[in-house]
Amino acid sequence: MVEDKKSLLWRKLLAHGFMIGFIVVIMFPFLMVLSISFREGNFSTGSLFPEHPTLEHWQLALGIPYERANGVIVEPPFPVMLWLWNSIKIGLIASAGILLLSTTSAYAFARMKFRGRGAMLDTLLIIQMFPAALTVIAIYAIFDALGQVVPFLAIDNHPALILTYLSAITLHIWTIKGYFESIDPAIDKAAQIDGATPWQAFRYIFLPISLPILAIIFVLAFIFLVNEYPVASVLLRQTDKMTLAVGARQYLYEQKYLWGDFAAAAILSGLPITVLFLASQKFLISGLSDGGVKG
Amino acid sequence: MSDAAPILSTLNWRGIAGRALTALVGLGFLYLVWGLYLLGEPLFAVIAFAVGALGVSFFWSAKFYKLRFVYPGIAAVFLFILLPVFYTSAIGFTNFGARNLLSLERVQAYHLSLTETDAGSKRPFGLVIEGEAFRIYLPESGDKPALLTDAIAGTATTAEPHSGEAPETLPVKTAIQNRAMLSELTITTPDGDLTMAGLRDFAASRPAFTLGDNGALTATDGTVMVPDHDVGLYVNEAGETVAPGWRVGVGFDNFTKVLTAEGIRDPIFKVFIWTVVFAFSSMVLTFSFGLGLAVILEWRHMAFKNFYRVMLILPYAVPSFISILVFRGLFNQNFGEINLILSTLFGLSPDWFTSPVLAKVMLLIVNTWLGYPYMMLLAAGFLQAVPRDLYKAAALEGSGGLRNFFSITLPQILPPFVPLLIANFAFNFNNVVLILLLTRGGPDMPGTLVTVGSTDLLGSFTFRLAFQNSGQDFGMASAISTLIFIVTGLIAYLNFKAMQNYANKKGSGHNG
Repeated sequence: MVEDKKSLLWRKLLAHGFMIGFIVVIMFPFLMVLSISFREGNFSTGSLFPEHPTLEHWQLALGIPYERANGVIVEPPFPVMLWLWNSIKIGLIASAGILLLSTTSAYAFARMKFRGRGAMLDTLLIIQMFPAALTVIAIYAIFDALGQVVPFLAIDNHPALILTYLSAITLHIWTIKGYFESIDPAIDKAAQIDGATPWQAFRYIFLPISLPILAIIFVLAFIFLVNEYPVASVLLRQTDKMTLAVGARQYLYEQKYLWGDFAAAAILSGLPITVLFLASQKFLISGLSDGGVKG
Repeated sequence: MSDAAPILSTLNWRGIAGRALTALVGLGFLYLVWGLYLLGEPLFAVIAFAVGALGVSFFWSAKFYKLRFVYPGIAAVFLFILLPVFYTSAIGFTNFGARNLLSLERVQAYHLSLTETDAGSKRPFGLVIEGEAFRIYLPESGDKPALLTDAIAGTATTAEPHSGEAPETLPVKTAIQNRAMLSELTITTPDGDLTMAGLRDFAASRPAFTLGDNGALTATDGTVMVPDHDVGLYVNEAGETVAPGWRVGVGFDNFTKVLTAEGIRDPIFKVFIWTVVFAFSSMVLTFSFGLGLAVILEWRHMAFKNFYRVMLILPYAVPSFISILVFRGLFNQNFGEINLILSTLFGLSPDWFTSPVLAKVMLLIVNTWLGYPYMMLLAAGFLQAVPRDLYKAAALEGSGGLRNFFSITLPQILPPFVPLLIANFAFNFNNVVLILLLTRGGPDMPGTLVTVGSTDLLGSFTFRLAFQNSGQDFGMASAISTLIFIVTGLIAYLNFKAMQNYANKKGSGHNG
């Protein structure tokens, strides 16, 4: 027995040692970026704790011109806050749209019988794997044409992107459908007897019951959309229209390498999304194992 | 969404409002259809009509009440996923690209809008100043009388015959100084309009081409350009093609090129192999790390589980485009922090971005970092579902930890994991964002006809072929996309079958 306890202690130490070592490696990029964002200049290398910490990069990321000690005034290189706002705006509107379309569809798939139902569901599951990055030529052509008729939907206009994003409902329909199917059919029966239309049953019974899963879908959709790069990069060309995912890339071109500025902008803009994710992670995990892959 | 009840007799004001809204949407679609038709996009016009007509009839007639719930979503999926997939495949059979961008009508209109100077009408000019304003004096030349314009304001002026003494003209220097103003100017004379044809002359211009039968274009010197509908370009008498061109169908040319042409086929084959290797290695690496960490976290003697879990999820919580760009900076060969540490500790300075092998290693490192938390979360969920009794029985038999893992844990969680692993493979097979943001495909392979990077996945190669390299060859890119769709479709179908299989085994109908 004594032997066993000793070996258990060793195994515990080993497990914790491994965990801590692994986490240090994983955390390395985050710590480096934090340090770089306080470093002077955009090229310099230095220790983990900068010798001459400066707020230059942070001030620039917030869109405030910075005056160096020698009187030189540095203008912010990119409108980071505007990009963040664009990302959040597009993400919120499109996620709300996705939620609306996927809950109504999921309700019909879960509770109604109509022709083509099974085929539609199977098709949804298969086409969710098709890479949006490879259909961008066609998406570009579609909005190029639409924009000439309805300027509201032109390239470089956010509604075009939001409309495209509404198609990201395939997996969510399956997830919500699974949830709706777990609701006791006796409830709709009762509603039906009381004279409720299917829409009323959906609006006043199913929606309120499903709020937790709907919150999960909303957050998942939002995170996916904020991260989306290929379609946004083709539909948004002007600097002041870009989302963060499209714009952030401009910091690290060989000809114009703004490492320090990027670090501050990355933390500033990545933090809200990270916090949102961590805050909802407990609920997200259940949603994840029902669904497929992030991204 | 209308609240109209299925029984029409109960139409109330909400029902009427719903009808009005439906009608309004219908009118909007009609406007769109008409506009698309006028634009010369009959295909899009037909599709817009179909989508609009179906939508309006579903929301108008109570017979289709059920379909109202599904239609908007299905329409969005059709318009922005299915239609683009088919449309992309169709483009693969054309020569659509930077050189063949327009329609035949627009190419003709372009050539017909070109003008050239009519040498016979050339006449010298001089600037005359009068107060603040300029006038232009055109002295007598040949049988044409001398002309003097009104004071110039704007871009057009009229010249009247001028008799008597010639006014004093300014030196050519002044014409040079006012070149911008003069080049915009049109002078209306009794013989027609003249524009600037050099610093000393004004002349009439005329269209460079006139349109003849079968779209042939005759130049002013009598030579003829004929449209070649096989390549979508005009060909002149010397046999040279003249840009811009228009889109024409080229049959299977793009596909044949991709599959057989020297300098294209071999690099694409290499890209395909790397794509499969990348997707498979990413899947195995993330799965192994994720499962390993999940097993350690599930261990009943483990403390601080929640702290570890949050820390381990962090790479998944940070937006991936930010982490990828952060790695791009950290791996930088000259001032990246990773090489700084490696050179201080070991005196090494690997060239992550110029060596094909190291660039691939870097991609796998970064992708494992990005992907293991997702696998860990999934594995944690599935581990909960493994019956505890199995471990108890194993403990009675004296089975150890490692043996438990391979003979109980793995066989128990692998079946539900298979569909998710296939989905992960498909995701990484098309993980375009990682490549575009981290290596942009580089380093480039030497000696290829089109730009191919040695870290390019099929998807990123295609994306760059269409949007980033100078060629902008949409036709070829679409042909490759079509091939990728076929492969992805196969993987998706496989995944679908695996899910059905698992669902059937479990005895619960997953496929509703």
